Amino acid sequence: MYEAIAFYGFSAILLLAAVLVIVSRNPVHSVLWLILAFFNAAGLFVLLGAEFVAMILVIVYVGAVAVLFLFVVMMLDVDLSELRAGFAQYLPLGVLIGVVLLVELIFFVISGWTLGPALKSAIVAAAPDAAQVSNTRAIGRLLYTDYVFVFQGAGMVLLVAMIGAIVLTLRQRPGVRKQNIAAQVSRQRGDTVTLHKVETGAGA
Amino acid sequence: MQNPLLVQYLPILLFLGIAIVVSGAAVGLSWVLAVHKPDSEKVSAYECGFDAFSDARAKFDVRYYLVAILFIIFDLEVAFLFPWAISLGDIGTFGFWSMVVFLGVLTVGFIYEWKKGALEWE
Amino acid sequence: MAELLDLFWAIPTGLRLTLEIVLTVLALLGCFAYVTYAERKVLGAIQLRQGPIMVGPFGLLQPIADGVKLLSKETIIPAGANRVLFVLAPMVMLTLALIAWAVIPFDAGAVFANINVGVLYLFAVSSLGVYGVIMAGWSSNSKYAFLGAMRSAAQMVSYEVSMGLVIVTQLLIVGSLNLTEIVEHRSPVWLWILQLPMLVIFFISALAETNRAPFDLPEGESELVGGFNTEYSSMTFALFFIAEYLNMILMSAITTVLFLGGYLPPFGLMIAPLTWIPGILWFALKVAFLLFVFIWVRGTVPRYRYDQLMRLGWKIFLPFSLIWVLVIAGTLMATGMLPVRS
Repeated sequence: MYEAIAFYGFSAILLLAAVLVIVSRNPVHSVLWLILAFFNAAGLFVLLGAEFVAMILVIVYVGAVAVLFLFVVMMLDVDLSELRAGFAQYLPLGVLIGVVLLVELIFFVISGWTLGPALKSAIVAAAPDAAQVSNTRAIGRLLYTDYVFVFQGAGMVLLVAMIGAIVLTLRQRPGVRKQNIAAQVSRQRGDTVTLHKVETGAGA
Repeated sequence: MQNPLLVQYLPILLFLGIAIVVSGAAVGLSWVLAVHKPDSEKVSAYECGFDAFSDARAKFDVRYYLVAILFIIFDLEVAFLFPWAISLGDIGTFGFWSMVVFLGVLTVGFIYEWKKGALEWE
Repeated sequence: MAELLDLFWAIPTGLRLTLEIVLTVLALLGCFAYVTYAERKVLGAIQLRQGPIMVGPFGLLQPIADGVKLLSKETIIPAGANRVLFVLAPMVMLTLALIAWAVIPFDAGAVFANINVGVLYLFAVSSLGVYGVIMAGWSSNSKYAFLGAMRSAAQMVSYEVSMGLVIVTQLLIVGSLNLTEIVEHRSPVWLWILQLPMLVIFFISALAETNRAPFDLPEGESELVGGFNTEYSSMTFALFFIAEYLNMILMSAITTVLFLGGYLPPFGLMIAPLTWIPGILWFALKVAFLLFVFIWVRGTVPRYRYDQLMRLGWKIFLPFSLIWVLVIAGTLMATGMLPVRS
């Protein structure tokens, strides 16, 4: 009973927040509503017993991705009137995509899809007893061995993202003097300071 | 509340509620107790006595975005390391080398950004 | 006393839990008050001053006087500020600083939420601290606040990665994400010594995460006025202040749980006179020691410059802790000490 209450609570807030993401006029508010939506999605994962996925959702999406979103919308000075001008232009395309998605969803819900027999047995084999193995460990047992190519693929994607980010955003500013720690530390007293013996009265 | 896993999460929800109440109460209490006499000087942004010229939310250095993007990538890397760390005893040598290759790929990217000077601040 | 305890246990579970949490929160706020007092006393001693002495015996009532003062001050919301976010930001900070305590084991069995992924929960909550800072800086509509917030955010984010890697090394040894299991785990002395550099990195990253000296340059008074909380006054300011200190206590507690054996006697010495002392006292003593180190560092170490700070985080801690993850993993594999659980 309590689980049902929690489920409907999380779902209701999730949907409400998702609507507000689109409706808010201020993009910063949109991002904050998005964060609320992420939290409730994490709550739903916990209800499913997928603790690891819930925490990773918070760590990666809320703790990292949304921070970048927030950086971008806060600092780019998004001009609202300019955005609204483009709104009418892209409206037909947006409506089209929305309708296609809706039709697909309705189709799936009505037809009720089933899993292939081979897939079904694979899923049963992959899921160990939750009481004995925590789901983090269960993921660890599979991800790095059975799904090694997917895992390495993820590594490649991250590499591309890293290089892409640098290529796109890095600008060298000329004429900046940087601190060279190694040179600083290896500097000897003899390199810079010399002592001169000056005769009394002879200094000029 | 039959599921033992969910019972463990109930205190977190309660804790969250109580923490929100406490912080709300603190702000509300000072709102009730303290006097409010705002005037235009008092509520103007602090800029060492000068009037603020230009909007505070200006564009700024692109490096901050770069830091945020690199952070996402390394955060994901750490996220991949968590399940690996606790199941390394089960997945053995193959799992170990699988992660070494993964980290090796990312290290290539890391060396690239280092050499490009993306980690330099001035 | 016994009747009182019986009465306590007779309360229905849900209500008792609520009561316990409220008491814990109040205890934490009390700790906060006296950590500020301890900080002023210790800094005073380091600088050959006396610290607070006027209010109450030995100045012991000083934190309460400060609290009353802040409570009675006017809350100023700057013109052009985003009012909702401006008030929400300090509340977010305090809430985050409090909810992390839900998974900390204070003593054997004395933990509110003994979840399987306790470490991840702590990591998640600490990664959210950035939001309070960014929201505060952006909503104030002030240049100093905004710049301070950007710096704070970039700094917190940079040190989080090495923190995560350090946590991974400890997870390799223990083989569980449950905090109680981490506390109860015993590792041989040589392994503990191998972990020592990670403990140091973790603690220094904790200093940077909490924006404490020598990494307190988001609030570097001499260049950025007050950092992200420049425009805050009264209780909204106080909440940031409370959150900073609670985070300090929290980071000390996390270090204690991860590396210093939590509520167990020091160095795992389970011998007679040490085991008589209740676990919660050991826990408190270890946390208090780390808090002292926090203050000690503030009194001794000069402030970093921003480029030096970023260099330390990205070019030293990150590569070093990454290599160390592999070193620890390799060592454990070679010696066959990896925890295996069927």
